[in-house]
Amino acid sequence: MMIQVFGIPIQALLGQLLIGLINGSFYAILSLGLAIIFGLLNIINFAHGAQYMLGAFFAWMSLTYLGVNYWVGLILVPLAVGAFGILMERLMLRRLYHLDHLYGLLLTFGLALILEGLFRQLYGVSGLSYPIPDIFQGGVNLGFMFLPYYRAWVIVASLSVCFATWYVIERTKLGSYLRAATENPELLQAFGVNVPLMVTLTFGYGVALAGFAGVLAAPIYQVTPVMGSNLIIVVFAVVVIGGMGSILGSIITGISLGLLEGLTKVFYPEASGVVVFVIMALVLLTRPAGLFGREK
Amino acid sequence: MTGEGKTSRPLVGAALMLAILLIAPHLFYPVFLMKVLCFALFACAFNLLLGYVGLLSFGHAAFFGSAGYITAYTVKTFNFDPIIGILLGVAVSSLLGLVIGWLAIRRSGIYFAMITLGFAQVVFFLSLQLQFTGGEDGIQGVPRGTLLGLVDLRDTMSMYYFVLVVFLCGFWLIYRTINSPFGQVLKAIRENEPRARSLGYDTDRFKLIAFVISAALSGLAGGTKSLVFQLASLTDVNWHMSGEVVLMTLLGGMGTVLGPAVGALLVVTLNNYLAGFGSWVTIIIGVIFVSCVLAFRRGIVGEILEKARSWNSKDPR
Amino acid sequence: MRKKLFLSVFGIGLTLVMAVCGASAAGLSDGVLKVGVMTDMSGAYSDLSGPGSALAAQMAIEDYGGVVLGKKIELTSADHQNKADIAANKAREWFDAEKVDVIADLSTSSTALAVMEIANQKNKVTLISTGGSTKITNDNCIATNVHWTYDTYALAVGTGKAVVANGGDTWFFITADYAFGHSLEGDTADVVTASGGKVLGKVRAPFPNTDFSSFLLQAQASGAKIIGLANAGADTINAIKQAKEFGITENQTLAGLLIFITDINSLGLETAQGMNLTTGFYWDRDEESRAWSKRFQARHKSMPTMSQAGVYSSLMHYFKAVDKAGTDEAHAVMAAMKSMPINDMFAKNGYIRDDGRMIHDMYLVQVKKPSESKGPWDYYKVLRTIPGDEAYISPEKSTCKLLKK
Repeated sequence: MMIQVFGIPIQALLGQLLIGLINGSFYAILSLGLAIIFGLLNIINFAHGAQYMLGAFFAWMSLTYLGVNYWVGLILVPLAVGAFGILMERLMLRRLYHLDHLYGLLLTFGLALILEGLFRQLYGVSGLSYPIPDIFQGGVNLGFMFLPYYRAWVIVASLSVCFATWYVIERTKLGSYLRAATENPELLQAFGVNVPLMVTLTFGYGVALAGFAGVLAAPIYQVTPVMGSNLIIVVFAVVVIGGMGSILGSIITGISLGLLEGLTKVFYPEASGVVVFVIMALVLLTRPAGLFGREK
Repeated sequence: MTGEGKTSRPLVGAALMLAILLIAPHLFYPVFLMKVLCFALFACAFNLLLGYVGLLSFGHAAFFGSAGYITAYTVKTFNFDPIIGILLGVAVSSLLGLVIGWLAIRRSGIYFAMITLGFAQVVFFLSLQLQFTGGEDGIQGVPRGTLLGLVDLRDTMSMYYFVLVVFLCGFWLIYRTINSPFGQVLKAIRENEPRARSLGYDTDRFKLIAFVISAALSGLAGGTKSLVFQLASLTDVNWHMSGEVVLMTLLGGMGTVLGPAVGALLVVTLNNYLAGFGSWVTIIIGVIFVSCVLAFRRGIVGEILEKARSWNSKDPR
Repeated sequence: MRKKLFLSVFGIGLTLVMAVCGASAAGLSDGVLKVGVMTDMSGAYSDLSGPGSALAAQMAIEDYGGVVLGKKIELTSADHQNKADIAANKAREWFDAEKVDVIADLSTSSTALAVMEIANQKNKVTLISTGGSTKITNDNCIATNVHWTYDTYALAVGTGKAVVANGGDTWFFITADYAFGHSLEGDTADVVTASGGKVLGKVRAPFPNTDFSSFLLQAQASGAKIIGLANAGADTINAIKQAKEFGITENQTLAGLLIFITDINSLGLETAQGMNLTTGFYWDRDEESRAWSKRFQARHKSMPTMSQAGVYSSLMHYFKAVDKAGTDEAHAVMAAMKSMPINDMFAKNGYIRDDGRMIHDMYLVQVKKPSESKGPWDYYKVLRTIPGDEAYISPEKSTCKLLKK
């Protein structure tokens, strides 16, 4: 006799929640990158989705043209994407710090268009495939569903990176310097800390996180130039819900929203694309700074 | 964000422009011109909010597109006069503007932008799911009808002049709004909201009214466009459309009266001309965005006005 | 790819050259016969139609001798990006200002319907090769259109009936949530039930969509023998890949309701093997189709899909009709097209009905196992040839006003 919740057998529900957890891990790692960039640097990085796409493409390109395998790619690609982010910051974003934040948004929006257009022109939109690494082929039968090993790895990898980052920022000396730089950069500079360098490296790290998510995504989603733009507004909504400066908030919200989306897919699948926005609107109206955020 | 500079001969300039607009359909493809006019109106309406109040909305496509759907649906299904259809579209977009504006105004900056985006996505979702909007197909074969029972709008030239009149009305409304005491308060809010409030102005109410006007005129543009092309589709409520109108305003010059119209002309022309070159359109638009933000924040018209101003001030006579 | 840029430049350059060389000829409006290929050049359907369709049109012009009624044939192409409004605007501009006489391909049903609307107003011909909704020859039928390659009903009849007959009698649908997906799901569900099968459930996925895991889980939970994929392009590819990943293909069979050979090429035989699908054309069907397809492949690097082959075939037939009618006036050409059967590399004994439907055989195929394939593009084994009259909606059931007896 199957247990049913609202007419759905519990097995099916658990399966959807697990899938939601996998998606939530992606949301978590992407919104973490965005939250770092906004929370610590006050930059609204609309190119985050494109940087995620860049990560996936670099992984594919390094495999196809250079024979670089997944594991090496997992380390090298985020570095490459991070370096690209640093270039972006140094050459362009730096000039906008004295202006309204929204210019940063517009600039990164334009950059996202350029990146997407470039890869569309080069590779079309049909999508390229990236093989799942051999060690992760197959999966385990959990009874209520069959969980591919690779997806389990995605959960483990992203959550580890997320919590490691949170730990560094909230619990270490380096992290305290970063947080100090947000509060009072001049004072920190006076103490001899190279603040502009820290800003640049932090931005690079946030972007590298997007690249890392891209490598993780490559074997399970098609590598296409639009994979980022489909995702970016959802991730932004997640960050806004969590509280734009809150590191822990973005991680928790990302996971929760993944789970919520999974549930929606069971009961009202057509709405799964819009449920995040409805929640965002509700949250912003009741808790203006987001669930975990602090009013600035 | 600059204010508009007044040239010394505004009336001659306006007359010249009017003459150009009247003759243009004999020289260029009229449907293309009508598209430019509709987007120019949309961009000018958007600019009211961005350039003059300082609020960046990332969901204006909701007003543009929803009016398009309402106009298309009422004209096609109930055979309403085109003016009635457009007015109904404007009514709906104004209502949407009131609701979304009232909710979004409480926040500012990126939060404001995100709320507008969020609601625009809800409108997109509704446009996709509701029966009458036709989903991916959109509403097609919308008859242009006869204006007031007199003018057959299927004739391209008649339609052009109708669209021109609509544009001029909308534009005139925006111009009057900007150059009025109300408009002055808006500019004050943009420059320094706390100070405006301390002077006793209920800034939220002003912002909301501006928002609704912006939404209404965006709806006017959208409703008219659906009659021009006899089609209402999801493209008009997509968030990329919201991005396009930001680009037009930025490129043309936010905070200038004519800037957005110029921006619209350029972007529509670009889209048209480059349509055969695949994704180069996206790349070039991205490059324009980036260059505008880095180097040409005043936009084309803004830069021209600035040059004119510095040229005038250099001239001792 | 640079190929696309090259083709665009090539197409435009050719058009310019032809425009320069042209001279007035009797019988042709504006003194030219101009073909417009409107397709998805860079999006989800660009591989299955796109530049390949433009190439097919180019080949048709060349093979026909480049001249009709004594006048050079010109070619232009445009990317509608799968958007109805872009398609409608371009079509209007083409007909009004650029003397285009016929528009071919039209990759999405929404663009096809939109352009048909304009063509009807302007009295011009449309030859739809890629768009598939049955609305094209039913509710929205017009007198100057031909729906050439396939439609959702034919796919349903082909795949649906055959799969049920092979034992696949319980179905679960994963449907792209837009008109085309609904139409495909509806038509197939009807056919399945009529053939004695049962539809156990369905789920609507957003369009477009990258992650089908939760929908596939639902399909798995239903226990249906067959999972029907009522979607196309990238959606289908993703769904198939993920079905394999989740071990679903061990116990259930996927039925891709709209699949092109380029999709199979993307997926690889390892993943796609065993799938049933219906197609209007297969390059390896007979000597004639092989010969033509190899010529196509020499210039495009990929084998032609049914869409691209359809563009070639429809345009060749159109040129013959213009010559026969002595004019490019739409209704005269349509009459000429309907008066001649279609016997070429695409179809044998095909004919055009008054609702615009080109009736020809469809093929139920199965994707080969990697061991069965002798080389690249050797992907299909033909299980059954479905005669045209069976594959398409019969005139009695049609809702097209033009078919009133």
